[in-house]
Amino acid sequence: MVRSLLSRILSLSVSLVVASMVIFLMLQAVPGDPAAFMLGLNAQPDTIAALRADLGLEGSLGQRYLTWVKGMLAGDFGQSYTYRVPVADLVVDRIGVSAPLAVYALILSVVLAVPIGLIAASRRGGAADWGMMGATQLGIAIPNFWFAMLLVLVFAVKLRWVSAGGFPGWSDPLAAIKALTLPAIALALPQASILARVLRSAVLDTLDQDYIRTARAKGLSQRATVVRHALRNAAIPVLTILGLQFSFLLAGAIIIENVFFLPGLGRLIFQGITQRDLIVVQSVTMLLVFAVICVTFLVELTYLLADPRLRRR
Amino acid sequence: MLIGAVLTALFAGAALLSLVWVPHDVARLDIAARLLPPSPAHPLGTDHFGRDMLSMLMEGARTSIAVALVAVGIGLGLGVPLGLWAAAARGTWLDDVIMRGNDLIFAFPSLVIAILITAVFGPSAVNAILAIGIFNIPVFARVARGAALPIWTLDYVMAARVAGKGKARISTEHVLPNITNLLIVQATIQFSLGILAEAALSYVGLGAQPPTASWGRMLADAQTMIYTEPQLAVLPGLTIVGMVLGLNLLGDGLRDHLDPRLRRRAP
Repeated sequence: MVRSLLSRILSLSVSLVVASMVIFLMLQAVPGDPAAFMLGLNAQPDTIAALRADLGLEGSLGQRYLTWVKGMLAGDFGQSYTYRVPVADLVVDRIGVSAPLAVYALILSVVLAVPIGLIAASRRGGAADWGMMGATQLGIAIPNFWFAMLLVLVFAVKLRWVSAGGFPGWSDPLAAIKALTLPAIALALPQASILARVLRSAVLDTLDQDYIRTARAKGLSQRATVVRHALRNAAIPVLTILGLQFSFLLAGAIIIENVFFLPGLGRLIFQGITQRDLIVVQSVTMLLVFAVICVTFLVELTYLLADPRLRRR
Repeated sequence: MLIGAVLTALFAGAALLSLVWVPHDVARLDIAARLLPPSPAHPLGTDHFGRDMLSMLMEGARTSIAVALVAVGIGLGLGVPLGLWAAAARGTWLDDVIMRGNDLIFAFPSLVIAILITAVFGPSAVNAILAIGIFNIPVFARVARGAALPIWTLDYVMAARVAGKGKARISTEHVLPNITNLLIVQATIQFSLGILAEAALSYVGLGAQPPTASWGRMLADAQTMIYTEPQLAVLPGLTIVGMVLGLNLLGDGLRDHLDPRLRRRAP
């Protein structure tokens, strides 16, 4: 147990180091000098040099990489080129939109997927099964940003229940949640569809087991068997998928935030890209990759705890 | 499966047709004919620049299919040899290095990195292909290795080794033909994911650049007019859904068809 845990922590650290190098090197390849870009066409060479030093652009590649990584570890993500504020401040601001959105979508997708998956599995081959699996096929095929546009069309333009975009801030929690509802639904649809399908086949797998037959034989109803025995044993593959989906959820959130003009991390990355605010792009991307790698690690850990058979290797 | 095959063939056919003929030239703007309703001359109407919607969708199919196809090609071309190599070298450090490397690519949030790649190297269809293709490599490597491992334990592989064949020859002559089915199914799945990814990238302006038509870009253009001209947003979206749905159904059907054990699991 300790050995496999240690080896996993080692591979986690290696992943993080390599990820940070890849991201750093990629942004070094961007043509153009951010200092010259900021100061405009008429800037004097010595002003540019001073700003370059100020922004931490001087020094060898290795030195700059180390400075950046050390800063990240200490919570200093660098200074935004365009906003002239610490990137960490921008991130803290934006994470208040992105994180609740991701969690909201995750909750919605679980709430939708669990009953669908269970009902479809317990009525295998029936009309309910076919209908629900057909619906999830459709859910997977729909691009979430297009679904988001349709939601805007129906609920904001036609019915006028919610506004088409923007975010009022958390001072009024109810309004904030309302503003996040359509984006969360749009994000949750494909995730819920995938989850429901995985859950269905995981439950079907466990339904073939002997202990299920025993449970039925001792007089437990089909519903109680599915909920008490099959669902619990199907939890592992479902948990894995949930962990993997976190990465898609983040990526999806970046696109969806753009559809709804939500001031989240995704918008921040895009603004960084268009304004050549590379340090913002670099640090926020690293943060997202860090989050995904850590979630994957946690999922593996739960896996290890949940299934003793996996501890041996 | 039949529905999937028909849908896929329909879009592939439209894309092929667009190579030689489209109803109207999509690079020519005709402001006088903007936002026309469907008519015999423009079966699906025109957009805000007077471009024929049907022609745009056909050209968009070409863009999407080309991007996704080459991305799958990258995944197959690099991932399968890597996976076969890892399987042949099972248990050695080589296997370890290849599979750890794959895990590493897997750990990256693919769309975030795709956005980064296209942002750094400039938005274009080629960079979109690279960004999507890189993430196909570990998928195919994993599938290839997983499928190849049991085959290495079979008697005829043993016979081939006794006959003096090298690992590379066994991999290409005996292992590869036996895992082709699985690879085809996976390719179908990755193909549909590629279509979705391309649409997302071009929607945020990081895919194919105008005047090349692409479904994602059509949606982005339509978004600003969704209040007045909702049909401009509905048509490209439905097209994407049709294409992806077709591919997914085809993939599922192929999997069930090629693996008899799964047949009872329908749908």
